Amino acid sequence: MSQLATNCVGLLLLLAAVAIPLSRLRFGSHLVYGACTLVCAVLAGSALLVLLAPGLQPGVIELPVGLPLGRTLLGLDPLSAAFAVIINVATTIVSAYAIGYGAHSREPQRIVPFYPAFIAGMNLVLLAQDAFSFLVGWEFMSLASWALVVSEDRSADNRYAGLVYLIMASAGALTLLLAFGLLAGPAGGYTFVEIRSAVAPHIGSIVLILALIGAGSKAGLVPLHAWLPLAHPAAPSHVSALMSGVMTKVAVYGFVRIVFDLAGPPLWWWSVPVLVVAAATALLGVLYALMEHDLKRLLAYHTVENIGIIFIGLGLALAFEANGFRTAAALALTAAIFHVFNHSLFKSLLFLGAGAILNASGERDMEKLGGLIHRMPVTALAFLAGCMAISALPPFNGFVSEWLTFQAILISPELPQWIPRLLVPAVGATLACSAALAAACFVKAFGMTFLGRARSTAAATAHETDYWSRGAMLLFAALCLLAGILPGFVIDSLAPVTQMLAGARLESQATQPWLRIVPIDVHRSAYNGLLVFAMISIAAAATAAVVRRFASHALRRSPAWDCGFPEPSPATQYTAGSFAQPIRRVFGGVVFRAREHVVMPKPGDNAVARLRVDLHDTIWEALYVPVIRAVNGAADRLNKMQFLTIRKYLTIVFVALVMLLVIVGVWR
Amino acid sequence: MTGEWLTQAIQAVLVLACAPLLTGVTRKIRARLLRRRGASVIQPYRDLLKLIRKEAVVAENASWLFRVAPYVMFASTWVAAALVPTFATGLTFSAAADLIVIVALLGTARFLLALAGLDVGTSFGGIGSSREMMFASLAEPAMLMAVFTLSLFAGSTQLSSISTYMLGPDAGLSISIALALIALVIVAIGENARIPVDNPATHLELTMVHEAMILEYSGRHLAVIETAASVKLLLYLSLIACVFVPWGTAVSGAGLLAYTIGVVAYAAKLAVLGFLLVVFETAIAKMRVFRVPDFLGVALMLGLLGTMLLFVSRVSR
Repeated sequence: MSQLATNCVGLLLLLAAVAIPLSRLRFGSHLVYGACTLVCAVLAGSALLVLLAPGLQPGVIELPVGLPLGRTLLGLDPLSAAFAVIINVATTIVSAYAIGYGAHSREPQRIVPFYPAFIAGMNLVLLAQDAFSFLVGWEFMSLASWALVVSEDRSADNRYAGLVYLIMASAGALTLLLAFGLLAGPAGGYTFVEIRSAVAPHIGSIVLILALIGAGSKAGLVPLHAWLPLAHPAAPSHVSALMSGVMTKVAVYGFVRIVFDLAGPPLWWWSVPVLVVAAATALLGVLYALMEHDLKRLLAYHTVENIGIIFIGLGLALAFEANGFRTAAALALTAAIFHVFNHSLFKSLLFLGAGAILNASGERDMEKLGGLIHRMPVTALAFLAGCMAISALPPFNGFVSEWLTFQAILISPELPQWIPRLLVPAVGATLACSAALAAACFVKAFGMTFLGRARSTAAATAHETDYWSRGAMLLFAALCLLAGILPGFVIDSLAPVTQMLAGARLESQATQPWLRIVPIDVHRSAYNGLLVFAMISIAAAATAAVVRRFASHALRRSPAWDCGFPEPSPATQYTAGSFAQPIRRVFGGVVFRAREHVVMPKPGDNAVARLRVDLHDTIWEALYVPVIRAVNGAADRLNKMQFLTIRKYLTIVFVALVMLLVIVGVWR
Repeated sequence: MTGEWLTQAIQAVLVLACAPLLTGVTRKIRARLLRRRGASVIQPYRDLLKLIRKEAVVAENASWLFRVAPYVMFASTWVAAALVPTFATGLTFSAAADLIVIVALLGTARFLLALAGLDVGTSFGGIGSSREMMFASLAEPAMLMAVFTLSLFAGSTQLSSISTYMLGPDAGLSISIALALIALVIVAIGENARIPVDNPATHLELTMVHEAMILEYSGRHLAVIETAASVKLLLYLSLIACVFVPWGTAVSGAGLLAYTIGVVAYAAKLAVLGFLLVVFETAIAKMRVFRVPDFLGVALMLGLLGTMLLFVSRVSR
């Protein structure tokens, strides 16, 4: 299986090379995207086989390339197989969408070659069984996605996004390099097997912090999320879907691999920074998303929230594992990885929907959309499913993973340490808050985009997208529902992963009657998505039947009532800004230092009154602006060095030489 | 097994049949407290009958969502209400959904109704949806924290287990439980559009939240939504009754007499809780919209405090 997966990655790289000439042809991009779909489907299938067939030894492939005198090890173990399934399922469907969507891009040669390379990079990270190939894959993934972000480089915003992304990605990769350097130790055994066997106990803590920064910046943990809402929307929508729905998952994989697998047995306090950062990420992510009017940026900010939810699960798992609560750790890990899977499905779906809207109307700004449900019914249906799933509403899949996270929170009073015990209830409240705010956020996203009346001619003349795109979105929506009503299968397939990382597995859910899920004990908690779905469907159908039988069938279409004063102008509708205004007032005062100013003309003056709202990105201003200022200041100082005379240069060289010699002398 | 099925079926029908009556009774008590005579307690049934006989007037630009949302939102509310033990524990489907699921099902209903409010594209629909979601962003976590408190106390998120635990000898008086009760009552007031959060009988559009959202509905759709609102009120009162005053509830497998006592006790509990709700409502004035977050925030903080106390007081094993 490892051989097959490796071959697939090689095939993807080959495809990237072939795509350079192919993309200039008329149906070249169709061919490339179609090939990506097939290869990713094979990858997903082989990874699923590794995960589900316990007797199958996937083996490790050795490639004779790598560091000097080294070699590259590639292979699938349960952890990488689980993530490979998650990533390649989403990638397969996104590639199918791209067959239709990619045809609309103006310069396919700037996108098509990098697309397979990006997928290959992500899969290489997962396949890597040594630090070297892991980092190579990581950088490959970063650079290919960077190229895709700046593919539309005419807009200054996109160039800026590319710059910020490149800087953050390099910084993240640097910390990961340091983390692996520490793990490999002085002996320099950089394969994962060697690292696992030779782990020094005191190193783990530093590695945790480095991994939290390195993988966290890629995943979008607050405050390292700054690049994400810039870069994800800048790329073409199918690439946005991959970056937001899939690449962030590779980052989560990196964190799990380093902290749970390689860094040795965890200490109890490791959970504290993870939980604090995760809770802040969840809450701030959704609040930022609520303030956003640009659909794709809203979705990107919302990815930040979901990463927070995933890391809450991981933090709980760390706390449990450090105290030897293996089953509880397995539960928290299952919740986290289940949410990884769910998020890859619905976030990809929502970005594909945003792409369809962008394609149909040329608009990303929700203030200029509206009423698309009439003109894009299929997209609307799929997008609605995605919105309900991401808002953690039953019977969709987002609810199941949040429910599991809540169950993990409810066993944490057993923890012996005081700090996590005080922290976890607050984390639980934050999680509950962010779930409720997510629902508000997606009522806004769906309502402003698809409902109401069109706010611009572009929205009024929009049209439904092509068959490939519609099919891909419906497939994602169906998967969201399926994972929600049959969660037991997902939990069972994750059992090998928890067995590998936490040394325990949850009870097999397949044996439960009625396909319900029971994480620990049936008297403690149980959920049956299928039954809930069936009951809602039956109740709704029965009500509709009763109403149909006994109620009047008459239906009259008339102008909207609106309390007797309907206003024909669509400008009188609620906008994205006005929808979020109450929440901005409640939460924004502290988080965004939001201030409202009413500019009133003097009595007798006919000028219009204006409402101005000031919002501050507090994290950017507090953390990034000083750094940027410092770097710019230092660059200005150093700039003077460029215009010295030769005499001064020689003096500098001489002084530097003397200083180095002194240092060497003292060192000896 | 058959008994459980029967109980579940009776329960599902019972909550639906009684819900408008509860609404009628609360209205009647309210009228009496205001020294009015008030309409008969069965007036809500008559209203519903009248509504379903009338033609439905739908705005020209309403989409399919507008017409589907009432049914799905009613169905989720009904399913949630059918899962709360009323007169007897031991429902067939109690293992299908725990308290968190019930909260989330109400979230599904709210989500759809808020979307329906935005569908026609009027300013009143928008104002209702926007405010409803703002209230929910505090009320839902507050309710979840109350749920957490109860679950930690009883060691289970299953309602039947919590109810049984509360009846048993292990459940003593606890500050956390009191805090959870207050939080739950505040959430119940907020979520059911009662004074001081919202006014179900208002005619001033700008003070409405729930009514503004459903302003465009008429005929059979409105009837379904009104029934769902009644069922939701019944659900919250049943939930409080089931957890905090579980006495009299028949346990599964008990004799016919126990079930009869269960039904009588349930009716009495509903009557008392409904009366208390109305007394509270008439004694207090409607709040300004931006005072409501403070009110609901209190519930959230109390719920968090209750959970925190349980986390701290738990002796680690």
